[in-house]
Amino acid sequence: MFALKDLYQEVIVDHNRAPRNFGHLAAPTHRAEGFNPLCGDRLTIELAVDADGVIRELAFDGQGCAISVASASLMTEAIKGRTLAEAEPLFERFHTMLTTAVESDLLNGDDSLGKLEALAGVRAFPSRVKCATLCWHALRSALHGETVATTE
Amino acid sequence: MSTPLLRQPVFNVESLRGQFPILATRVHGQPLVYLDNAATTQKPDCVIDALAHYYRHQNANVHRGVHHLSEVATSAYEAVREKLRRCLNARETREVIFTRGTTEAINLVAQSLSGHWLRPGDEVLISWMEHHSNIVPWQMACARTGAVLKVIPMTDAGELDLDAARRLISERTRVLGIVHVSNALGTVNPVTELTRLAHDAGALVLVDGAQAVAHLPVDVQAIDCDFYVCSGHKQYGPTGVGALIGRASVLERMPPWQGGGDMIRAVRFEGTEYTDLPYRFEAGTPSIAEVIGWGAAIDWFEGLDHDALRTHEDAVLRYAEERATEVPGLRLVGTAPWKVGVMSFVIDGVHPHDLGTIVDHHGVAIRTGHHCAMPVMERLGLPATARASFAIYNTRQEVDTLITALLAAREVLV
Repeated sequence: MFALKDLYQEVIVDHNRAPRNFGHLAAPTHRAEGFNPLCGDRLTIELAVDADGVIRELAFDGQGCAISVASASLMTEAIKGRTLAEAEPLFERFHTMLTTAVESDLLNGDDSLGKLEALAGVRAFPSRVKCATLCWHALRSALHGETVATTE
Repeated sequence: MSTPLLRQPVFNVESLRGQFPILATRVHGQPLVYLDNAATTQKPDCVIDALAHYYRHQNANVHRGVHHLSEVATSAYEAVREKLRRCLNARETREVIFTRGTTEAINLVAQSLSGHWLRPGDEVLISWMEHHSNIVPWQMACARTGAVLKVIPMTDAGELDLDAARRLISERTRVLGIVHVSNALGTVNPVTELTRLAHDAGALVLVDGAQAVAHLPVDVQAIDCDFYVCSGHKQYGPTGVGALIGRASVLERMPPWQGGGDMIRAVRFEGTEYTDLPYRFEAGTPSIAEVIGWGAAIDWFEGLDHDALRTHEDAVLRYAEERATEVPGLRLVGTAPWKVGVMSFVIDGVHPHDLGTIVDHHGVAIRTGHHCAMPVMERLGLPATARASFAIYNTRQEVDTLITALLAAREVLV
């Protein structure tokens, strides 16, 4: 039961019940859909990036499990106000946190992932890692000018 | 809707459970409650022993050697063909063709019929309720031949729309592919009636029996279909083996689908002469151990009191559906009057995947997702469902554990 409590932490449950930045933007500059063919979950990410490459606004929409909705919600909070150049390394560090067996040094000091660390419990559930990364795959596709991302 | 049968166990489920070693497993510290039987059933000792016995004492290739072991292996392998014929009441033993599973059996038929039976503009009719394995091979056959795929619609309750089926079956229909029992919903389809309608129109009929053979008595002559397909592993046997039971007069006109050893009479570079049924459809070394293991499963299954086990299975499913009403926000998906083995459901505010993970921590194994039946999910407007699927060893106590786990999942997430 211990791992289960780690997975469904209060932060996750809260973001699932009341996802932040949920919906659509009036004038997105980037947009992509994420699809997980294993479970059928779909979500859409929209970004509004300014001339300086700063992600000013972003929103997501779609259906998914608590892990995928909470992850998308937390991602939008973590990414808002960052530059395009900062987004990709953040995904890499997030992914490392989910797939590395031991507590990673990345999580300490200046490299802290902040509230995204609430998802660290996913690492004990390999079959659920894709739920947590679906939104990030979609974000990356949007940033690369692609319109569809799949976890497969 | 309580039934008196619930209070009169006529079937010794505990002694049956003792024959399945895996049921003693603990998962996350809890006793395993295995409710994913539509994906694959667990195997009794006699099946596990048959596999080991074959490899310890009988292992040789079949149909090839004159040496002792080859003859032992061949006769053990061929004996299962006759067991399966008897079990499904096929006319002749040569009508039983072993495959790697139901999926391969459907691919065999779809590919072979592409060669001589399907022409541009012909129609292949399937239903909305099919598993992907009875959709994709026909899409491929249509792409190869120019035939057109048509689909019998489904009602909100998860039943086939038979009026629509009657309208869709016409002289253009060349093949009807229909699932006997829906893996996603548990619905039992009127395959005998549909077969008659399709035959009247001159079509060949394939019935996908993957989910049926462990739950219903199957008589292929009574259904009168041209092809009946099933898998060993959903009937307490090993994975990696299944069968196509075909009508000999139809199979004889069909070209082989895979070429190789065992399916030939004579091979010359100028041309090859194929052998007779059933071997012309069994190229290469078959799954010998698995076929023999399936034979052990059939013997074991046939030795049970079927009236009692069906009563038991039905009572457990009804009990589950009854207790499910105690979970707030739970909605059953698939409410056809005739169902076997499957309780599919969704719970407001809890995604099936979260349910799957949480109940797993109570030791309960259920399937979550689209169940390889994405059109069913799309038709019902759901991304996924949770599915508890039952076998003869499941008990009402296990249903109680499931319900407790579902309530706990709501507690975590709603």
